[in-house]
Formats: sequence, structure tokens, C-alpha cells
Amino acid sequence: MATEKFETALKKLEELVKKLEGGELSLDDSLKAFEEGVKLAGFCSTKLNEAEKRIEVLTRQKDGTFTRDKFHLDSES
Amino acid sequence: MDLFGDKRILSVSQLTALIKGVLEENFEHLWVEGEISNLAMPASGHLYFTLKDAGAQIRCVMFRASSRALKFRPRDGSEFIVRGRLTVFEPRGDYQLVVEYMEPRGIGALQLAFDQLKERLAKEGLFDEHHKKPIPGFPQRIGIVTSASGAAIHDILHVLDRRFANLEIILRPVKVQGEGAAEEIAAAIKDFNLYREIDVLIVGRGGGSLEDLWAFNEEVVARAIHASRIPIISAVGHEVDFTIADFVADLRAPTPSAAAEIVIKSKEELESGLASLVHRLDQAVKHRISSYRVEYGALVRALKDPSMLSGHLAQRLDDLLDRLYRAMDGRIEACFGWLSSSRNHLRLTSPTIHVERGKERLASFAARGEIAFQRLLDRKREAVAVNSGKLQALSPLETLSRGYTIASKYPDGTLVRDGRKLEPGDRLELTFHRGGAICLVESSGD
Repeated sequence: MATEKFETALKKLEELVKKLEGGELSLDDSLKAFEEGVKLAGFCSTKLNEAEKRIEVLTRQKDGTFTRDKFHLDSES
Repeated sequence: MDLFGDKRILSVSQLTALIKGVLEENFEHLWVEGEISNLAMPASGHLYFTLKDAGAQIRCVMFRASSRALKFRPRDGSEFIVRGRLTVFEPRGDYQLVVEYMEPRGIGALQLAFDQLKERLAKEGLFDEHHKKPIPGFPQRIGIVTSASGAAIHDILHVLDRRFANLEIILRPVKVQGEGAAEEIAAAIKDFNLYREIDVLIVGRGGGSLEDLWAFNEEVVARAIHASRIPIISAVGHEVDFTIADFVADLRAPTPSAAAEIVIKSKEELESGLASLVHRLDQAVKHRISSYRVEYGALVRALKDPSMLSGHLAQRLDDLLDRLYRAMDGRIEACFGWLSSSRNHLRLTSPTIHVERGKERLASFAARGEIAFQRLLDRKREAVAVNSGKLQALSPLETLSRGYTIASKYPDGTLVRDGRKLEPGDRLELTFHRGGAICLVESSGD
């Protein structure tokens, strides 16, 4: 699911930052790491804000499929 | 039997035997309630206590065979209902209740059922820690199993409404008490598992009595929670209420609001974690670049030492380094400008190629400079060697070593080139290859 891709990306980003902070990388590799880090951060940020805020009710139909309908808090079920 | 008319005198044993007969026959099957006191359980395993109320008390014993099966520990002061029979213990002349079964008063069947189910499911491993799934750090779709009109959904939505929680919330409304509630709750959990696109489930209801919460103690609900592939946070009643659903769930929240808080907190933690990583990324690369600039600065200063290079070469080196710095600066500024303006731009020109070429040119230039200077030095030295050879041959010192002397008038030092001009009695200073002498002229001529 989306969760796995996000968590993988976040972990990669963390490892990248640690490597960069270690100071062992050449200038060239440092800049490459930076570039990739920025891409990963962008991806993660997009994923975090992807979900649309909504509230729905799940109903199972007779044929086994599901539908989602808008939910209103004050209605009686 | 007329005891007094008969004037039959009984022994104590006889009397007691009579009493025993009467009591034991007529009180074989009793249910009694009272407060426990003087509780004692010696090594034999038999339980001895007194059951009392405000007006009376009676001694009780529960033999080991029966007391072993007890599920709830009796304590002094607790109210119990016991089932047993009366016996008379002749040696002491007292009667006692032999207890076969006892349970805490007021709890009754419900409590018993709860304890028994809990024990059974625990034995099966439904509550095991290692079976519990972690709550996902990044929940996007939250499923909720609760009443559509109760306090729970209201509280949950209120919490999730806070901030800009980008979450999709999907409710599967159910009865949360009464007939059929447990079955509906279990079915809802199964439905979410069939629907699948859910990251975490909150299953619960608002506060109530033991009877009200009872659906969440039922076996069918426990099994549905255990079988769920989606992680479940249980949120039943108030902080003090613990239902079997709470033990089986992957995480227990003390209230429905708390469950919602847990879900949001995960996401908030992720967001701040990401922001901190981006900051560290920024800092780390800037730091790396400034370290490199320091190294190059040191290199420049070493190369600018005048004994190493002619001015001409030094100037060209300076210029090259200057251009290198400016190239780096320009590119890095572009990178950071990008980062601070917006996270969503993913285009980035790589400065790495320019920097690398600059480094190479710098290195080769330094090498070429050294070689050139070395060649210059060698030529100069050669010239000096040749000239000093010539010089040596022409030196008067060289003539003297061949045996010639230099004569000069003594004491005035005029050089004597013509010997005919000398008078007898003149003094001469003679300089040899080594050393000198003062001489007196005897005679002169051709």
C-alpha cells in the first residue's frame, strides 16, 4: 500500500542524511546525496498530504460489494 | 419426644448426635450470603472463614477439593454467596457450613462468564503480545466501528477535525448494546477486512454499565478482532473499563477520543520528523561544501608561496580558483533557493560536473607550474657553471701557480714591469703563488 512506499522513502532519506552528516563523502557524492534527499523529501511530503479529508459510511450491498456515502453526524443510523 | 417428661438423661455425645442428625438432614442444600472474615488457609489447602452479617455469624470450611476450583480469591470483608451444607463438628460442639461453591456477591453470572472467557481466550493465546500488530505510523484511511449516533463517534470526529488532519474516515455503524450487538460488531470488523483499503480500525463505544458494555466481552467480537488483518485500536467506555475486546486488540485506548488522538499523533510525528530530516539535509550539505572550500583555500595559499612559483603562474592559478569558487557558489545558491521556496519542485541542475572539472584543471595546473620552474632553475645553474669555468682560467692566481711571481716596489707597491729601471739598493716585494718576500736589488740590466 501507499504506506510501504512512504516508509521506505523516509528510511532512505534518513540513511542519506546520516551519511551526509558523517562527513566521509566526497564533494561530488555529497551533492549527489543532497539531490536524491531532496527528491525523497518531496515525495514523502506529497504522500503525507495526499489524503483528502472526508467522512463516509461504508455499506455492504447484497451482492457483496461496498459503497461509501457521505456521513452526517447528527443523523440517526 | 418429650424430653422433660421422659426425664431420660442424655450424654453430651448423645445430645450432639441428635442435633447433628436434625441439622444435617434439614440443611443439606443451602445458599447463603454474607461477609467474609477471619479467613485462613493453612498448608492443608482447606479454607476456613466466618460468614457473617450484622446479627449473626457462622463458621465455614471449604475443603481443598472444592477450594482449588475457585476463580476469585475471597478476602476478609468481601461479600460472597456460598452454596453448601450444615455439619456438626462434635468434638468442639459447634456447627459449620461446609462450602462447596462460592462467588462474589452482586457480580453473579456476568462476572463469572467474563472471567471464564478471559481465561479461556488467554490460554488460547488471543491476548499474546507478539500477535499484536503495530499501529501504522502513516494512517490515511481510518475505519470506525461504533454507533452512528453515540458519544463515541462524536468525540472521535471532534478530535480528528482539529488541525488539518488529512484523513479519510469511514464509519460502519453498529448497535453497541443489546440483542445482536456483538454479532453486528463482529460483522463490521469482517466487512472492513473484506473492503481492505483501511490502515487502522477504531472499535468502541461510550461509557456505560457492565451490562451496557457487555457486547465487547463476547467471544464472537474477540475472535473477529483477533482475526483482523487491519490493526485495531479498542476504545470502549471510560478509562477504568476493561473489556475482552481491549485485551485482544492491537492497542487499547482508554476512551474513543484517546483513540483518535493516537491516530493523529502518528501523523504529526511523521510530519515533524520529515521536516527535521530536510533541515539536517540542508545543513549537512552546506557544511560539507564549506569544508571543501577551506581545503582549497589552504591549497591556494601553499601554491602562492613565492619561492615555489613565478608570479605569472601564480596569477593564472588564482584566477582559476576564483572561477571555481564562483561556479560552486552559484550552483549551491541555486540548490538552496529551490529548497526553501517550495518542496514540490523536483527539477534540479547538477553542479557536480562543473566542480569536478575545475578540480582537475587546478591539479594539473599546479603540476605544470612546478615542472616549468624546475626547468628554469636548471638552465640558470648550467650557465653559472660554464661562466665560472672561464673565469677561473683567466684569474691571475692561476698564472702564479705556474711559477710566476708578481714584483712591486717596496714600500710604495708600484708594480714593476721593467727590471732595467731598478737601482741597486731598491727594495722589492715579491708575491708568489703562496706567500711573499722583501728583497734587495744587487744589480739590474737586460
